[in-house]
Amino acid sequence: MTINTLAKGGWHREQMTCFQKMEKVIVAMQDPDMGMKMRNQRLLITVIPHAMTGKDIIDWLMQNYNINEEESLHLGGFLVQYGYIYPLKEPRCLVLRPDESPYRFQTPYFWTSTRWPVSELDYAIFLAKKNIRKQGELMEYEKERYSVLHKRINHTWDFVVMQAREQLRASKQRRKADRIVTECQEQAYWLINRPPWPLNAMICCSNTIILSVRAYVLMCRFVKYSEQYQNHDPIMQGCLPSNPWISDDTAHWTMNAALVPIPTRLRVERWSFSFMELLSDAMGRQEFMMYLEKEFSAENLCFWQACEEIRHGESSKIVEKVEEIYKNFLAPGAARWVNIDSKTMDKTLEGIKHPHRFVMDDAQMHIYFLMKKDSYPRYLKSDLYKSMLSKAIVPQETKKSVFPFVRRQRHSSPSPAQAAEDSRSKGPQAGSD
Amino acid sequence: MCDQTFMAATFGPCESCGKPSPLMNIYIKNEAINYCSFCVELMACQGLQSGESVASLKRECESLKKKLEEERGKLNDVELHQVADKIEVLGALAIKTRRVLKGHGNKVLCMDWCKDKRRLVSSSQDGKVIVWDGFTLSKENGISVPCTWVMACAYAPTGCAVACGGLDNKCSKAVAMHTNYVSGCTFTNSDNQILTSSGDGSCALWDVESGQLLQSFHGHTADVLSLDLAPSETGNTFVSGGCDKKANVWDMRSGQNIQSFESHVSDINCVKYYPSGDAFASASDDATCRFYDLRADREVAVYQKDSVIFGASTVDFSLSGRLLFAGYNDYTINVWDVLKGTRSSILFGHENRVSRVRVSPDGTALCSASWDHTLRIWA
Repeated sequence: MTINTLAKGGWHREQMTCFQKMEKVIVAMQDPDMGMKMRNQRLLITVIPHAMTGKDIIDWLMQNYNINEEESLHLGGFLVQYGYIYPLKEPRCLVLRPDESPYRFQTPYFWTSTRWPVSELDYAIFLAKKNIRKQGELMEYEKERYSVLHKRINHTWDFVVMQAREQLRASKQRRKADRIVTECQEQAYWLINRPPWPLNAMICCSNTIILSVRAYVLMCRFVKYSEQYQNHDPIMQGCLPSNPWISDDTAHWTMNAALVPIPTRLRVERWSFSFMELLSDAMGRQEFMMYLEKEFSAENLCFWQACEEIRHGESSKIVEKVEEIYKNFLAPGAARWVNIDSKTMDKTLEGIKHPHRFVMDDAQMHIYFLMKKDSYPRYLKSDLYKSMLSKAIVPQETKKSVFPFVRRQRHSSPSPAQAAEDSRSKGPQAGSD
Repeated sequence: MCDQTFMAATFGPCESCGKPSPLMNIYIKNEAINYCSFCVELMACQGLQSGESVASLKRECESLKKKLEEERGKLNDVELHQVADKIEVLGALAIKTRRVLKGHGNKVLCMDWCKDKRRLVSSSQDGKVIVWDGFTLSKENGISVPCTWVMACAYAPTGCAVACGGLDNKCSKAVAMHTNYVSGCTFTNSDNQILTSSGDGSCALWDVESGQLLQSFHGHTADVLSLDLAPSETGNTFVSGGCDKKANVWDMRSGQNIQSFESHVSDINCVKYYPSGDAFASASDDATCRFYDLRADREVAVYQKDSVIFGASTVDFSLSGRLLFAGYNDYTINVWDVLKGTRSSILFGHENRVSRVRVSPDGTALCSASWDHTLRIWA
């Protein structure tokens, strides 16, 4: 092992040889003739089949490898540490006890070597499953890692949640006993193989490939974004009827003023690019409000706007604005009551007792994403939007307008160096622009 | 016996790429499929749309993988320009000066556009801050600030106020107080808060009304020269760049430094977010501009050319993010193709260093401020 291979994560290769050797031992231990005698073990009220005691393991190793008890305990300890055997009592304590404590063999599906390289994605799916099953009751360290992963691989989160649900559904179709066993196995696997903390991108060398894939996919975003907005970029594609700075005609600005009777088509199209685009356009927001009123959920947008005013408004007005919001949107029986989940509601109501600029953030975020995921997509499919799109103006290009990309050569102002040379050879000349 | 309560293929040919490898059992709409971890990762990144079939996903994975295999032979890390290979090359840009704003008596150090797309504010070494209607060239307002080197100025979102700061260590009517010069300032989404960067190595968020310090940001080990607010849904982060060659991303609420990038070899003079908010560009004395992807957490493009020798002092993106305008100390503005990494054109006109470039809010024009006492508007 040179420093070079160590640096690039080459230690994996060395580890793999060890795993292969350990697996040989494990397979031998499960040999039907010469392997260990398995029996049913009692664990509290359940009877676990195919289990063995710590003492059994040590005895077998001593016998078959001709070693003494100390060495056997040492070797057996590694088998437990690397997850090939897992304890049933105190699953988090990965030691081999030379007594009646029950143990089981880990299924090859969950062998470290089989599932190499460990991916964050895999771990995220596991935590998501556990989170759903236990309704949020994860261990502290699991909660921390779950939220770290949520940030790190946020772009895959839809997949993570979907996969967690699917796997849970598939497991429900199995017998209860099998399900419990699988859960034990999975838990044991992740105790050992969970990605290291804090997660450093380059720790697993095999992850370099996955990182490149991810980087590639992430960077496609920029290509997509630029392509989507290209027609809206005046410097690149020109604008209709003309660019005011070039033609000295302000028609473009007049047509695109904040509130106009009929907006331009490009503008209405832009509302469909993202929820943020819709909300940041005064007219878009107005249209969306009209749509929400039809759906009887306009209080959501009003609430969001009121929260924005607190976040960005004057400090002196915060307390009174929070009061207003509580009265109008949050108090029981409020005229425009917003539907927030109970946890967020409790937290917000607590925070209102000592109002500050960010006290509404959680509730505001909740409502924002509610509108984004639910009302916004439906708005884009609605008649209101579609008719706006068809009514929208496509301005005529003004005859005098000049598009930036022309075939004939256009010279920008000559460089000062060139101008200096010219003046030297030709004498003083007229201004360059 | 070890437990094997359900049949699971653990090794074999991946159902997507066909290569024999360790398999992960994945369920899509109750259908169990066996992919290798590589293909699963690809699929997760692509995102699963409801109704999407496994077959169509497979096809997409295939083409992506083929592309990646081609590129993987060349480099270890994927670069932005590789992804952009399939886009067509930009034609020659025909941008020229449309307006020249004369009126400052000394170097123009900073400028900012008003949201109405035609007014702008500029500040100069002679202590004057001027508000212009760029379209008609008329000066609407002029303020004398009792200090020289007014390095930073910003237009308030409502268009009703202007903030400026500089060598007097203050910003505006002493809203912000630093212990060293104010290098940059910007309003957050309203007229009520200002974010400043300073030669004292820190950034700070101030309440305009009371002059109170709301949050301070420490982490740079030298002067902070520039900052930019992220255009995001949650609107809570900003990026700063400084003389310690680092670009830091901060959480405005907690004051924490979320991400840090250090790849420039000299002072970072300017930082600016990509329009979508998940990347930013930086300009540096090392004559390069760089592009950083926040989600991939690394630099993904460097904009440099052998003939570009002088430091870049300022950058801004065109509306679509396809073009990057950068002003340099050799009096020029280089226009870079963000995706392909090539230089699209070069703009001559200024007769001294370009201190600031800014694209107008609707993307119709670019304004540049220069030490030659003028501002130019290009379109």
